[in-house]
Amino acid sequence: MTMSAPSNAFGGQASPWVSRIAMAAVHFFILVLFLQNVAADTWSSVIGLLFAHLYSVVALTYWSKIERTAAGDTVIVTVTLEYVLMAIIFWERASAWPWSTMFGLGMVQVCAFAAVKYWKDLRRAPASAWFGLIVILVYVMVAATAPIIAPFGETEIVGSEYDVWSNKHLLGTDNLGRDMFTRLIYGGRNTVGIAFTTTLLAFIIGGFAGILAAAMRGWVDQVLGRLVDILMAIPSFIFALLILTIVGTSIPSLIMVIAVLDATRVFRLARAVSMNVVVLDYVEAASLRGEGLWWLIRSEILPNILPPLVAEFGLRFCFVFLFLSGLSFLGLGIQPPTADWGSMVRDNATLITYGDITPLLPAAAIAILTIGVNFVVDWFLHKASGLKD
Amino acid sequence: MTDAMTGDPKGEIILDMHGLRIEGRSDEIWHEIVHGVNVTLRRGEVLGLIGESGAGKSTIGLAAMGFARDGCRISGGSIMFDGVDLVKASDDSLRQLRGSRIAYVAQSAAAAFNPAHKLIDQYCEAPVQHGIMPRAEAESDAIDLYHRLRLPDPESIGFRYPHQVSGGQLQRAMTAMAMACRPDLIVFDEPTTALDVTTQIEVLSAIRDIVRQFNTAAIYITHDLAVVSQMADRIMVLRHGNLIEEGETRGMIEDPQKEYTRDLLAVRTFRKEISDEPNAEVPLLSVRGVNAAYGKVPVLFDVSMDIHRKRTVAVVGESGSGKSTMARVITGLLPPSQGEVFYDGQALAPGHRRRSKDDKRRLQMIYQMPDTAINPRQRVRSIIGRPLEFYLGMRGEERDARIVQLLEMIELDPDEFIDRFPGELSGGQKQRICIARALAAEPELIICDEVTSALDQLVAEEILKLLQRLQDELGLAYMFITHDLATVRAVADEIVVMLQGKVVEHGPKAEVLRPPHHEYTALLLSSVPEMDPDWLDNLLDERSGQTA
Amino acid sequence: MSMIGKLVAQRLALGLLTLFVVSLIIFLCVELLPGNLAQEILGQAATPETVAAFNRELGLDLPPHERYIAWLLDMTKGDFGRSLASQREISELLGMRVQNTFFLATLAAVIAIPLAVTLGILAALYRDSWYDRIVNVVTLTSISFPEFFVAYILIIVLAVNLGIFPSISNISEDLGFWEKVYRSALPALTLTLVVVAHMMRMTRAAIINLLASPYIEMARLKGLKPGRIILKHALPNALAPIINVVVLNLAYLVVGVVLVEVVFVYPGLGQLFVDSVSKRDIPVVQACSLIFAMTYVLLNLLADVLSIMSNPRLLHPR
Repeated sequence: MTMSAPSNAFGGQASPWVSRIAMAAVHFFILVLFLQNVAADTWSSVIGLLFAHLYSVVALTYWSKIERTAAGDTVIVTVTLEYVLMAIIFWERASAWPWSTMFGLGMVQVCAFAAVKYWKDLRRAPASAWFGLIVILVYVMVAATAPIIAPFGETEIVGSEYDVWSNKHLLGTDNLGRDMFTRLIYGGRNTVGIAFTTTLLAFIIGGFAGILAAAMRGWVDQVLGRLVDILMAIPSFIFALLILTIVGTSIPSLIMVIAVLDATRVFRLARAVSMNVVVLDYVEAASLRGEGLWWLIRSEILPNILPPLVAEFGLRFCFVFLFLSGLSFLGLGIQPPTADWGSMVRDNATLITYGDITPLLPAAAIAILTIGVNFVVDWFLHKASGLKD
Repeated sequence: MTDAMTGDPKGEIILDMHGLRIEGRSDEIWHEIVHGVNVTLRRGEVLGLIGESGAGKSTIGLAAMGFARDGCRISGGSIMFDGVDLVKASDDSLRQLRGSRIAYVAQSAAAAFNPAHKLIDQYCEAPVQHGIMPRAEAESDAIDLYHRLRLPDPESIGFRYPHQVSGGQLQRAMTAMAMACRPDLIVFDEPTTALDVTTQIEVLSAIRDIVRQFNTAAIYITHDLAVVSQMADRIMVLRHGNLIEEGETRGMIEDPQKEYTRDLLAVRTFRKEISDEPNAEVPLLSVRGVNAAYGKVPVLFDVSMDIHRKRTVAVVGESGSGKSTMARVITGLLPPSQGEVFYDGQALAPGHRRRSKDDKRRLQMIYQMPDTAINPRQRVRSIIGRPLEFYLGMRGEERDARIVQLLEMIELDPDEFIDRFPGELSGGQKQRICIARALAAEPELIICDEVTSALDQLVAEEILKLLQRLQDELGLAYMFITHDLATVRAVADEIVVMLQGKVVEHGPKAEVLRPPHHEYTALLLSSVPEMDPDWLDNLLDERSGQTA
Repeated sequence: MSMIGKLVAQRLALGLLTLFVVSLIIFLCVELLPGNLAQEILGQAATPETVAAFNRELGLDLPPHERYIAWLLDMTKGDFGRSLASQREISELLGMRVQNTFFLATLAAVIAIPLAVTLGILAALYRDSWYDRIVNVVTLTSISFPEFFVAYILIIVLAVNLGIFPSISNISEDLGFWEKVYRSALPALTLTLVVVAHMMRMTRAAIINLLASPYIEMARLKGLKPGRIILKHALPNALAPIINVVVLNLAYLVVGVVLVEVVFVYPGLGQLFVDSVSKRDIPVVQACSLIFAMTYVLLNLLADVLSIMSNPRLLHPR
């Protein structure tokens, strides 16, 4: 075994590391070649781009024959590099290629890498998990490409009020004469995006605090624990409404308030699972060795609590998503004219009493995504518990 | 109390398992774990099933009741119990046999008793539900059995809840419960494994007497050959779901036929060579008058001991004696409330956070459970490499070369093992990695906290030999914490005996093991089962002679 | 028994402390309002005189701790102050609505608890069977539905298409009990559907956890009948987790009520709360939050105390 570089943070040896970069570079080269030749037509360029991504990811992962675990690292390298270059090349066309679109494409790429990496597990996944994965993928793609696939503008008034379903307006129009189909697409982008950001924030706050409390114990644990107890003593829906009454409903305040309230739940879980790890001998051994707090958290605790945290992320996302839709439905969440699934139900609820199900479509869209995520998490948890035995 | 004579003619065959195959499921796939084993048992006979973990002995024991745990299934063969094939029997007829004609005694009585009901209620359940006797009769019968099993307060102990009774007593109460219907066969599944040696004696003798009194057939499952030779008429040695050897107890102990059985018997014969007396230099580690407490509960009382260079000091005691607390005080995890720890003549800071890196480096620790002692998300390379980086500042090729060296030292092939995760290692291999991690720091003293008690006996012996070789090569000093006197005999230069947080005896091995002993040392030493089928009888005779 | 007494007393004291802290938070939330409440309510055009008068009227010119104590004392006397929007006594607004809301929640609980616990135990007993798998998928699906989605589906099916129940719950004081039940049927059903799935999954998990314990295996090896194993060996130990599940979901009911009330225009506390939030009628919001939070705290307290009291190890100390 010959090597020159020390083992890196990813725990592997140096040689795959080199091939990772090489792989990323090749992938990237194909992408640039492709993009230089795209037609002006946005549709075909998007589809072509997706294919380029999928093809290169799958082909290269096999071609380079690097170990499967390296695929995850490759994602990070490739995506980062790609964004840097995209930013340079498309700076002028930034409005045509919004950041969210790039983010969405990145997500698709991550999905492809994950599919390659976990293909063995995926093949044995039950139908419900497959359903969930496909739902999530479709939602992400729709959200990412909303400005491209939506026939009209988000807040554009294009017809009379409550038009019926037609060729021009696939799902009719809403209470102000805006295209329902367009609003549905943009609503997904807004609601899912905000819920995702909120959950992410909640995990950053709650997860970090929870691990810290478990690792440091003593007064840090006490103070954080009591603080969370207090925040959790009031039902979060009520608490959120109370605070939103006072600070007002803007999207940033919505995100902050829900994230902080939700972080308490994440804190509880992160602290509990970290506690289970912290009492194990290998953490004791590391702290006896004299390792600092940062090492303990990053190398000893975090890798071992990742599976439950990932599952919890899915569940918390569902919770936040339903929570947010609930608020919007009450008219206290995302404010008009921004399209949002919860408020779309509310605005068009009158139609329901006439037996028209159009207003239920956004609600169904919420339900389907939540079901999908729940199915995936359920499968994941089942697998994680099965591996333990 | 009249014991039935050993070796009296046994009755007809009560249990006959033929070509038994059992499968277990992992990763959604069925794997065979018992490969066609034949077991026969006559009325009144005690059969010992012995083997290391994964031998399938518990699985076979449960199969004798027609039972397979979740994730297991009986896939082939027949189990004839008194003329009925349990493999083909209906659930209902199986249910009627269980508890009434075949009974079970579980390893952990504390977990196997329902916390919500009194002992006697759980006792009466089987006889009443199987319609064998009415409740009042069952109750008086229970008290009678509690007498016979020598439980304290037999009249009232049944009216307590499980958590109000000690472990050894619970195990006897469970034996009584198994006896309730006077079954033809009892399966004992490692009934004394979780107990301390001194408690084990009481439970063993109680179980043996009662089985003889009622002429019950029994399957006694254990990993301890010395224990089984006290209990069983006949022994079956199992390995990986196959029968290795079968024979009369005495014959097998005296003249084993198979290599594997010989290895198992030879396990306790390893002895280290007697090393020189310590020279009068300053001891490497010196504990002086240490008192320690967990919160307000005092655990250690005025403990003092010395460890000299290149010597092995064994700290022995039963659970709760404070021996692991000693290790925590020395490593600085639990600062003592009084007293000091000196290293090479220098006082160590009480808490480990205030000790220098070099103090930490020189004092390393190996843990009881290799499964939890290494991070499952790190490769062997990182596990061993980290102390090299951290203490010695090694990087790159230098570090990797040293890792290879260390792996060779612990007798693992570097090319094969360096990039494995702990999940891809066996228990013994994991413990070797722990040793390598300790060695990487180039320590002078290693604290070994029950390092072999989670391992199978053969593997444990290999580890002891390895540690011994390393001591000879590298001149290490060991502090060996253990409850197992066989280990003490094997590796110690000096022995510290602890009881309830105090040192009761302290001295060179030969001195401590030679009479006259301290009273507790004597009890501890005499309680360790020996590979002699008469040992328990002789011991009980001796002890009753002393008290009479 | 003294051990239990001590633990229960501890929990009660802790509960009381929590109530106190909750009231403090609700009070402070308004206190931390950026800028001035009067300015906020009266708008930028308000003259300094009107602002001062407004402050005097609400007692806002006093120091915070004095106001807090006065507010708390008023609350305990049932005086919640006046609504900013309608100038009516808040206690007058609350009276009937609190009753209605508790009526709705109780109705839902009465249907949901026995149903969920029974179905949950069955799913645990027949785990990995088809029944269990179907139950798993169905409950996963229904916990994924937003409450208003369930509500509107029920409206479309039961009210608009079949015309069995009214889609709007007109409840007034003079209605008879059964008439009230009839008119609250749809909101109660919605809440039931939402809560049953949660409760059932949690019950199932608690029982399965229990069935894996060695004393259940022991009971099976004693040849006991399956029914007896469940009733005699599993249930006494399952009591604590099940009680926890039930009470947690009751606490959820009280909150879930808010959305459902809005959909069905049910004259309860939730509706008042939502209206006041959108009007930024802060005294009413405070009063409603306090009532919701108190119920929540008390229910959690109840769960704590009940699970202590059903623990055999604590009931029969050494």
